[in-house]
Amino acid sequence: MKTNVRESGGVQVVELKGKITIGSGDVQLRETINKLVDSGKKNILVDMKDVTTIDSSGIGELVGCYTSVTNKGGKLKLLHLPPKINDVLTVTQLITVFDVYESESEALASFKS
Amino acid sequence: MNAPRPSAKAGPIRMSLSSRFENIEMVQHLCGRLLEGREVEEETRHWILMAVREAVANAIKHGNRQDLSKHVHLEMDVVADTLVISIRDEGEGFDPGEVEDPLAPENRLKTSGRGIFYMRTFMDDVRFQRHPRGGMEIVLKKNLGRIKEKEENPA
Repeated sequence: MKTNVRESGGVQVVELKGKITIGSGDVQLRETINKLVDSGKKNILVDMKDVTTIDSSGIGELVGCYTSVTNKGGKLKLLHLPPKINDVLTVTQLITVFDVYESESEALASFKS
Repeated sequence: MNAPRPSAKAGPIRMSLSSRFENIEMVQHLCGRLLEGREVEEETRHWILMAVREAVANAIKHGNRQDLSKHVHLEMDVVADTLVISIRDEGEGFDPGEVEDPLAPENRLKTSGRGIFYMRTFMDDVRFQRHPRGGMEIVLKKNLGRIKEKEENPA
């Protein structure tokens, strides 16, 4: 998995590309988010547009990231969920946990409310 | 000369793998090849391959605990329009009845415990049993529906 982090309007936009699966991408996701949290970044938007595959380990890491950001008083939201990842989050009822956006501008604006 | 076309009549695929996560991709690929000779919808194929991924990952991580001296034993076949996949590890086994429900509110935000749930969601039948030769065996089944094999040599 490849990651790219950029800042937009005080929000860290984390772009993920490739697979978030066991032994390949799952730990990388956690490390990327933890690094941001440890450096005091509290508003994180994870862009999933180019994520090709996710498994239960990847979902677990996503949930772990959500919890660690929330516990530090921050917000982690998701952007551009591919349909199959949306399905995977829906069947485990995690879709109700995450704030999910289709538009980056709407997602960025939501951090200000 | 054309490469031989994958055949749904190719018979079972049997193999033993070392406990490396890298092998998950290979198993998915082979399962995909097994389905290639059949008219399985892309959506169905995707979820079958995800269930297979979860089962092999489970065997490597929780069964064999990534011990490279232990193997994952696998058999895949299509029997009377049903895909049957058996995956056995060499671990100590577990009681499937003790697996927590990932949908329970207290488990919703746990970082693990969803693999078996996904297998059960995406396959028609998922059974666990302690194998006589040791280890835990998972048998996954998916009815491929009233799907007829593609003609190998259409007239």
